[in-house]
Amino acid sequence: MRHYSISAGSLPDDLKISHGLAKTSAPDRTPSRRSLLRQIAFAGVSLMAEPALAEQLIKLPLPSDPRERPLSHDFPQKAGMILQRIRPPLLETPMEVFDRGAFTPNDQFYVRWHWAVIPNSVDVNRFRLSVRGHVDHALSLSIEDILRLPRVELAAVNQCSGNSRGLFWPRVPGAQWANGAMGNAKWTGVRLKDVLDRAGVKNGAVQVRLKGLDEAVVPDAPDFRKSLAIDHARDGEVMIAFAMNGEQLPLLNGFPLRLVVPGWYSTYWVKMLCDIEVGDKPDDNYWMAVAYTIPDTPHANIVPGQSGVKMIPINRMVPRSFFTKVADGASIPANTQVPVRGIAFGGDTGVAKVELSSDGGKSWQATTLGTDYGKYSFRQWEASVLLSEKGNHALLVRCTNLAGDVQPNEPNWNGSGFMRNVIETVHVNAI
Amino acid sequence: MCKPIPAILCLTTALAVSTPAWVQEQPQIKSTTVDLPTGDDLFPGGTAADAINNNCLACHSADMVLNQPMLPPATWEAEVYKMIRIYRAPVDETDVPAIVAYLAKLKGNNQR
Repeated sequence: MRHYSISAGSLPDDLKISHGLAKTSAPDRTPSRRSLLRQIAFAGVSLMAEPALAEQLIKLPLPSDPRERPLSHDFPQKAGMILQRIRPPLLETPMEVFDRGAFTPNDQFYVRWHWAVIPNSVDVNRFRLSVRGHVDHALSLSIEDILRLPRVELAAVNQCSGNSRGLFWPRVPGAQWANGAMGNAKWTGVRLKDVLDRAGVKNGAVQVRLKGLDEAVVPDAPDFRKSLAIDHARDGEVMIAFAMNGEQLPLLNGFPLRLVVPGWYSTYWVKMLCDIEVGDKPDDNYWMAVAYTIPDTPHANIVPGQSGVKMIPINRMVPRSFFTKVADGASIPANTQVPVRGIAFGGDTGVAKVELSSDGGKSWQATTLGTDYGKYSFRQWEASVLLSEKGNHALLVRCTNLAGDVQPNEPNWNGSGFMRNVIETVHVNAI
Repeated sequence: MCKPIPAILCLTTALAVSTPAWVQEQPQIKSTTVDLPTGDDLFPGGTAADAINNNCLACHSADMVLNQPMLPPATWEAEVYKMIRIYRAPVDETDVPAIVAYLAKLKGNNQR
């Protein structure tokens, strides 16, 4: 893998600033684009002469090809990650990481960016978070200002709306994640409510719109901005985090500040948060009104090809559970108590129970739940299975949350590949 | 609900609404500079890939596209127009048929 620092020497000056550092200037962009792109192509060819490094491939459990992805060690502050896209980065957490505990280590926490202009350097002394719009006084807060506010801590799962999209059938376009576009961390930060109170939200405010430092390569592309209803933003749980798992955030996870929206999909957890805009009208920007919308149906489920469905912004997460110890296709001894384990989360509320089936879903047994780190956290589960007959068996795991919602037997489908939470199955061979 | 971190906070919050910085454990938030991989590999296929290489790699690396499953040609056409109309990708209109043809040949099926 070639890093920017290595390849920069062979690239034209204008290209050097077009990756991750600055926007291409708007007025003369179109005339120069052609030559710029030829130079990219040329640089690509010349660099391809470098000897390819041996890379480890991971085979994802997708229903059709291509299933293999490189395991990349080439990203800053990151250990081995499943490489879905280099630029802008899409990095998936390998499933075995989730077997090690309820918290996902920062260096293997998944990464997802929309736009390629990601600042690769943040000076904490110069960084400012602006709070503006429908407020009594606009604020420009330094990191030091943030650190002086009352501090809160919360364990919460961050999951991409499209986690497990690659498992949809019929397949849909988009990041072809298996189940690793999720992670659980202990987030430390300040309440969004406290920051809004300092600015003084005016009467008539209806929503809070959030933006990060990342920008599109093309200047007139829609900025990535997400909004929360004013009452949600002020619920005292939504947090501006400056640390995850006790350390500052990796740059690719949103350093120096990221929004934490417990129980909601990650699209709202704006990274490199730099702008908070209180508005007195509903936000109709593309990323709220068109992108990240789901059919307003149970499980956001529709029939492929179905049209005329009312669409709403994706919102609360739903319960899920996974095997982390038994791999699909594994052989296990028959007539022996075999330990199995995994993780579960309740979505927008806690885990009530996790159950296991070793007869394809006809009967269910209770599992033992691990430490409760709070209702938004991963919770480990464990059980043992006894398979008295040799041969193939399906093991199923399902989570019921504290609201009584249970994972469905059948997978949902929608054109964006959102909100998958079907009961997970692994096939094992008892020998 | 969020809970304050250090136990000492429980004692001090009774005294002050806004907790003074000195009672909070100071986290280390340090300026950070990283190098990000550029991902400048070309799409395979020689001259058949010229249009996609010339128009698409400024905004994203090729791997994401190559990782897509087989999709109906109409889906590929819709993806290209989504890039142009919504994400404002400066794709040369005369190159659109060649880009769609490339994707349909490499990643096209008749599903749906």
